[in-house]
Amino acid sequence: MRALPVGDSALLVEVSSGDEAQALHAELLRRRAEGLLTVREIVPAARTVLLDGLDDPVRLASELTASEVPAAPRREQAVVDIPVRYDGPDLADVAAHWGVGEREVARIHASTEFSVAFCGFAPGFGYLTGLPPLYDVPRRATPRTAVPAGSVALAGPYTGVYPRSSPGGWQLIGRTDTVLWDHARVPAALLSPGTRVRFVPVGPA
Amino acid sequence: MTDRALVVVRAGALTTVQDRGRPGHAHLGVPRSGALDGHAAALVNRLVGNPPEAAVLETTVNGCAVRPRSTVTIAVGGAPCPVTVDGRPAAWGAPVRVPAGALLDIGTVSSGVRSYVGVSGGIAVDPVLGSRSTDLLSGLGPAPLADGTVLPLGTPQHVHARVDVAPQPAPPAELVLRVTLGPRDDWFTPEAVRTFTSRPYRVSPASNRIGLRTEGPALERSLPGELPSEGMVLGAVQVPPDGRPVVFLADHPTTGGYPVIAVVHPQDLPAAAQALPGTPVRFITRRTPQRP
Repeated sequence: MRALPVGDSALLVEVSSGDEAQALHAELLRRRAEGLLTVREIVPAARTVLLDGLDDPVRLASELTASEVPAAPRREQAVVDIPVRYDGPDLADVAAHWGVGEREVARIHASTEFSVAFCGFAPGFGYLTGLPPLYDVPRRATPRTAVPAGSVALAGPYTGVYPRSSPGGWQLIGRTDTVLWDHARVPAALLSPGTRVRFVPVGPA
Repeated sequence: MTDRALVVVRAGALTTVQDRGRPGHAHLGVPRSGALDGHAAALVNRLVGNPPEAAVLETTVNGCAVRPRSTVTIAVGGAPCPVTVDGRPAAWGAPVRVPAGALLDIGTVSSGVRSYVGVSGGIAVDPVLGSRSTDLLSGLGPAPLADGTVLPLGTPQHVHARVDVAPQPAPPAELVLRVTLGPRDDWFTPEAVRTFTSRPYRVSPASNRIGLRTEGPALERSLPGELPSEGMVLGAVQVPPDGRPVVFLADHPTTGGYPVIAVVHPQDLPAAAQALPGTPVRFITRRTPQRP
């Protein structure tokens, strides 16, 4: 674990895997909940957790690097089910990358339990992990100028669902009517770091 | 009952509602947003007797014009500009009474970029995640003003302004940004780090509320490729593949994959918000970061 100062009041804690980042994130949330850590933002990402709004990042850095991060406790929270029509325009390309048929892409994807590693890109957009590395896919060579809201998409090791229409370069495998982000709802985001997710196939696959 | 609202007569190039933003939601991908020149926004609120968190208008270069439906007190700050009420000159940087139905015109800046208009009672559009700020990256908050937009106003607190007039820093002729190197300065050659902290840059016209883009010598990387996405802070100096530093401002994305060579001191960001395209920029190091 490395803790890099970011300006005067933030710390970027770098670990060696996504799993470790999720465990560190869970541990930092626990410390904050117990009043052991005062911080404005805890932002997990692929291999890092950013702590922003710290009084003394240098002291926290030495504390953190001297301690072991316990494995993330299994969350007791319910799994969020997201119904998906696996009919995306890039389904054939993904099937070719995976070396399987299109229906098999849907079957493999829908039988995987995902968890939200981190959020970013847009409010409510989660980077979901769970697929084994052999199913990593590249981004599209040319991003689309408009990806419809609700598109279920793959890039690298991640699955994501576009909360609203936006430009995007991920491979679109399906679509959901589930509302990922509604600022009038509490909580506004359906997915937050740590949320467990299952995709449920609906309609003709 | 008084109809407390502003009717937008001339929206200007880009006028948005801004307050102190919505920090605390970065882990959901929600940018902090908020007034780019936070000092100016706080000052105009003080001048009209509002609490510091009240929402104000942030204009871009050519101001805006509004007609209040009830008599209000306003104050304009930030970038200096002419202020008129029904065509008659009024004070900039001081409280001004605008009668119901009169036309308040905020003119084109004489220097700087963004003027701030505080209105007694504050702009009272519905908050989103605790803030009324327009976030141009993610589309949260009210849309930028359009001609004909009606903005509700809050109830004035009948607090006497603690100041009648206030000195405000002149927009910078040269923007000097103090930086702390890191967290990813080791992704650049030592020569690039020297270039970054010694050579002049200029503010690019492509700058916006998301970032202050610069033109100048490209910074050469010692490591190729992209980082796995990582969290970004306000003031982060990200270096995209073209090698020109971008200073992240209030609407910056919460995560990013281009390396951050340094972070600008937060006290220098209001000046960055007021630097016109073409303004010379220098990045100067404050201290060596401590590496635990």
